[in-house]
Amino acid sequence: MNNEELMIRNEFVSESLEHLTTVESLLVAYESDSNSLDSKAINRVFRSVHSIKGAAGFLAFRNIESLSHRAEEVLNALREGTLAPSSGMIDGLLNSIDRLKEMIEDLDKSESVDISGELALLERVLANDPIASAGATETTSESTSQDSSLASNPIKIANKCSPEALREFIVEYQENLEQVEKDLVNLERDLDNAEILNSVFRSVHTIKGSAGFLAFHVTESIAHAAESVLGDVRSHKIAFNSDIATTLFSTIDFMRVLLRSIEQFAEEKVPLDQGLLNRLRAFEYANQQDNRPTPIAPINPSQPKTEPLNSAVTVAKPAGEIIPKPSHPSEVPAPTISESTIRVDVALLDRIMTQVGELVLARNQILQYSNNSVSTSLQKATQRLNQITSELQESVMKTRMQPIGNVWSKFPRLVRDLASNFGKEVRIEMEGKDTELDKTIIEAIKDPLTHLVRNSIDHGIEHPDERSRNGKSREGVLYLRAFHESGQVVIEIIDDGKGLRIDRIRDKAIEKGLLTAESASKMSEQEISQLIFLPGFSTAERVSNVSGRGVGMDVVKTNIERIGGSIELTTAAGNGTTFRIKIPLTLAIVPALIVTHLGNRYAIPQANLLELVHFSREDSNFRLEWIQNSAVFRLRGKLLPIVFLSEIFKRSVDRNQTNVNIVVVAADGKEFGLVVDTINDSEEIVVKPLGQNIHTIEAYSGATIMGDGNVALILDIQGVCKMSGVAAVAKTLTQESTTRLTTADQQETYLVLESTTQQRRAVALHQVARLEKVQRSRLEASNERPVMQYRGEIIPLIFLDQIEDRELKLDEEHLANLVVSEVDGKPFGVIVHSIVDTQKANCVPFASPQGYVVGNTVINGRVTDVLDLTLMLQGEAL
Amino acid sequence: MTTTVPSSHETATPSSSTLASTSSDDLTLCTFYVGEQLFGVEVSSVQEVIKNLNITEVPLADESVRGLINLRGQIVTAIDLKQRIEGTPSQNPENLVNLIVRTTDGLASLLVDRIGDVRVFNQSDSESVPPNLSSNLKSIAIETFRSGDELLVNLNTKNAVSLNRDPS
Repeated sequence: MNNEELMIRNEFVSESLEHLTTVESLLVAYESDSNSLDSKAINRVFRSVHSIKGAAGFLAFRNIESLSHRAEEVLNALREGTLAPSSGMIDGLLNSIDRLKEMIEDLDKSESVDISGELALLERVLANDPIASAGATETTSESTSQDSSLASNPIKIANKCSPEALREFIVEYQENLEQVEKDLVNLERDLDNAEILNSVFRSVHTIKGSAGFLAFHVTESIAHAAESVLGDVRSHKIAFNSDIATTLFSTIDFMRVLLRSIEQFAEEKVPLDQGLLNRLRAFEYANQQDNRPTPIAPINPSQPKTEPLNSAVTVAKPAGEIIPKPSHPSEVPAPTISESTIRVDVALLDRIMTQVGELVLARNQILQYSNNSVSTSLQKATQRLNQITSELQESVMKTRMQPIGNVWSKFPRLVRDLASNFGKEVRIEMEGKDTELDKTIIEAIKDPLTHLVRNSIDHGIEHPDERSRNGKSREGVLYLRAFHESGQVVIEIIDDGKGLRIDRIRDKAIEKGLLTAESASKMSEQEISQLIFLPGFSTAERVSNVSGRGVGMDVVKTNIERIGGSIELTTAAGNGTTFRIKIPLTLAIVPALIVTHLGNRYAIPQANLLELVHFSREDSNFRLEWIQNSAVFRLRGKLLPIVFLSEIFKRSVDRNQTNVNIVVVAADGKEFGLVVDTINDSEEIVVKPLGQNIHTIEAYSGATIMGDGNVALILDIQGVCKMSGVAAVAKTLTQESTTRLTTADQQETYLVLESTTQQRRAVALHQVARLEKVQRSRLEASNERPVMQYRGEIIPLIFLDQIEDRELKLDEEHLANLVVSEVDGKPFGVIVHSIVDTQKANCVPFASPQGYVVGNTVINGRVTDVLDLTLMLQGEAL
Repeated sequence: MTTTVPSSHETATPSSSTLASTSSDDLTLCTFYVGEQLFGVEVSSVQEVIKNLNITEVPLADESVRGLINLRGQIVTAIDLKQRIEGTPSQNPENLVNLIVRTTDGLASLLVDRIGDVRVFNQSDSESVPPNLSSNLKSIAIETFRSGDELLVNLNTKNAVSLNRDPS
């Protein structure tokens, strides 16, 4: 296309859009004030449409030309007074204008747009057909009798209804549509399930009844037609098949359009889809021609057909309830719902939430004062306040909780449509629909989840033929699962498809320069599979309209991480892929670790936290090692990059600190150790936005108010990670550790311990539940045996050095190394002098007089005794 | 924005340096001192004045940001006005007063040495900002007024709290 043509086109677009805006505003003005459409205004509208027609004709945009031509004809009739303006006419014109706009905005596609609906509508307006102007009634002779029956029906009371009734209707309409949709998907799988069929029927019937009551005739007519079809299915007059299902799905879609119109304008501005209605009727007709040539009885069309149902369908009770309903209009909007629940503005809930947040802070402050106070009555009152506040907080949080099923409810339809789109057979199964999440989080995960579901169907699940070739069932399964796990919600999206092609991901990554061939060869499959979360990464050979545009997974990951969540995937070639998303329950109040650095407190969100490491300089087993200006720390055999918070804050770093506190954190899948001055405590903090001039700093994600009323900043671990440049280091480190692990595949992993006399001992890692540093003061005694309180239990302790008759030495911080193990599900603790490392090794077993020494091995060039902690506990108990 | 320049305007000030947000000629200013210099901000933009609030330092923030304060549960950035204007920090950080101002971007605290009176000035007495002031001060000053034997600089709060760091 040359420049001149382009110019003409652009001019046409801008000019036409201007015209359309004028036309639209004039037409809309008529709706509010019918006198505004005087001959002058009509002339203007006419001229505008006329110029669009002319220009479109000149530029050979036939679709635009014919639609504007038809609109022009209507306007001409209006101008000449052969047609009187009506709301139906205005609707028709507005519809056409919307369509024209759409076409003009995308000229290249304008020729492929289907404008037959608009054309037909305008045609009807021109013919002065009452359908178009009334927008609701039907023309076929068969339906006339129905219409008259509806008109004479006592439930048609008034056009105007109260806003409350309308709102209730909309909500009910929406809920019923969702229910129908869900049920239909199920019904397609389980054709003979009378219960589901009844549920569909009930929902459609409710919609019809309420719509009739509130005089939404389009909804009523279409629901009536759908109900008739369903009634026939119920009474086994016709068999339910996928054609019926598809038509019913279209009906639901059409009803959604109606619903939107009702929501916006409190009236149905959409004309009845005659084609759809006829399609629905066709199913019914077939039945009537076979069995019952007489026309439908005029009173209540659903009645004769539902009558035989009582005997035919086992679950007949609902049907009995339904039939008399229309004659009791007061029952139509279900009264029970409005009695047991109320609808509350979300903004109000948000405000309550903020205020409860404040209350929590005030409570924390008072708690601090009361702890220092001697007055017992004050302390009692504070206790009570404390308890009530916690309960209130919990209840308020609950009001904002929504079941994840709210998001999932859309998936059965999505899966059905996508699967048929790709010619695949997919069944969706869900578990844990009732798992509740904060509303804001529900909203935030909607898109990522939808994307993952699309992705699984597009890329994961194979075509039925391919599946049966590989010995799988033809039907693929998409499994959604949600559950609570340690204060977080885990959502899993599991498909039994072909899994990820690790080799292809690796090749692609190398091709895109994300990896070198050498480093790729060192990475495990698990690590390579995570590469699909990198920006711009897509292995799809073709771009489908569903997924595979290379903008997918990284966006999913960022969106999930934005709300403090994480995502990982596991895949097995030929067996499918599992995406595992972990997200916090709520965003407003999060658990966090409080640390002090340079005299200020900072909060580190628990979601980023892995573990805490503390050691003093005298402790020869632990030290920071330096590679030029970067520090690393060997944590259980793995090199952990170390970031000094001082360094992030652009302050000087003391390389020779006597006590080192490392907070091991993870962000973007990278682990690193953050060195801070002091580690304080865990706390639930209320996240608040940062003030001006500060929110741009990458290192902070927000602020909170501590118990003493002072502000503490919340560290954004992702930001800190970026600022520190750990990203690059972490990659090479994981590679190193994985290569080492793979060489020692067949061996057992041991935790290496050292006694005060530098004697090395090892414990099989599977016997170790946890490693902790505990205050010396927590070590207590019971019945002359050492015990400690651990997670609400009293657990027995063994002092490894003592049972070997060595003196127990604790470091000057009075911290002891505790190894927690379990026997028969009961925990016990072993106090050891120091923990060195974890290593893989082959143990050479032997019998020993002590019993609990079960063998020895060489680890790091030193002879190391292998101990069995369970045997040791039994020996102690004797 | 409407700029009403009274006809009796005698000083040959270009209207660019005068601003009146009220329709009357009167301008009510909350006055305060930074060092020995008298400043003012429009009283309608001041929410409150608070002393003795703990300030939490914010590493990496602009050097004019003294830190964050807890204003009844709302977190507000406190700006050291001396640093903002003169480029040197306040001498007695302990005794600074928080002048909480409302801006279109929310609340902010201007840390000043001492709060003065609320005074009413007539727009016609407005004098333009002398060109030999420091560029920092010029960027946030609207005009000057004579107040007794002192010269008061009327500040634009929005400019004062927005720290658009110079590329230098």
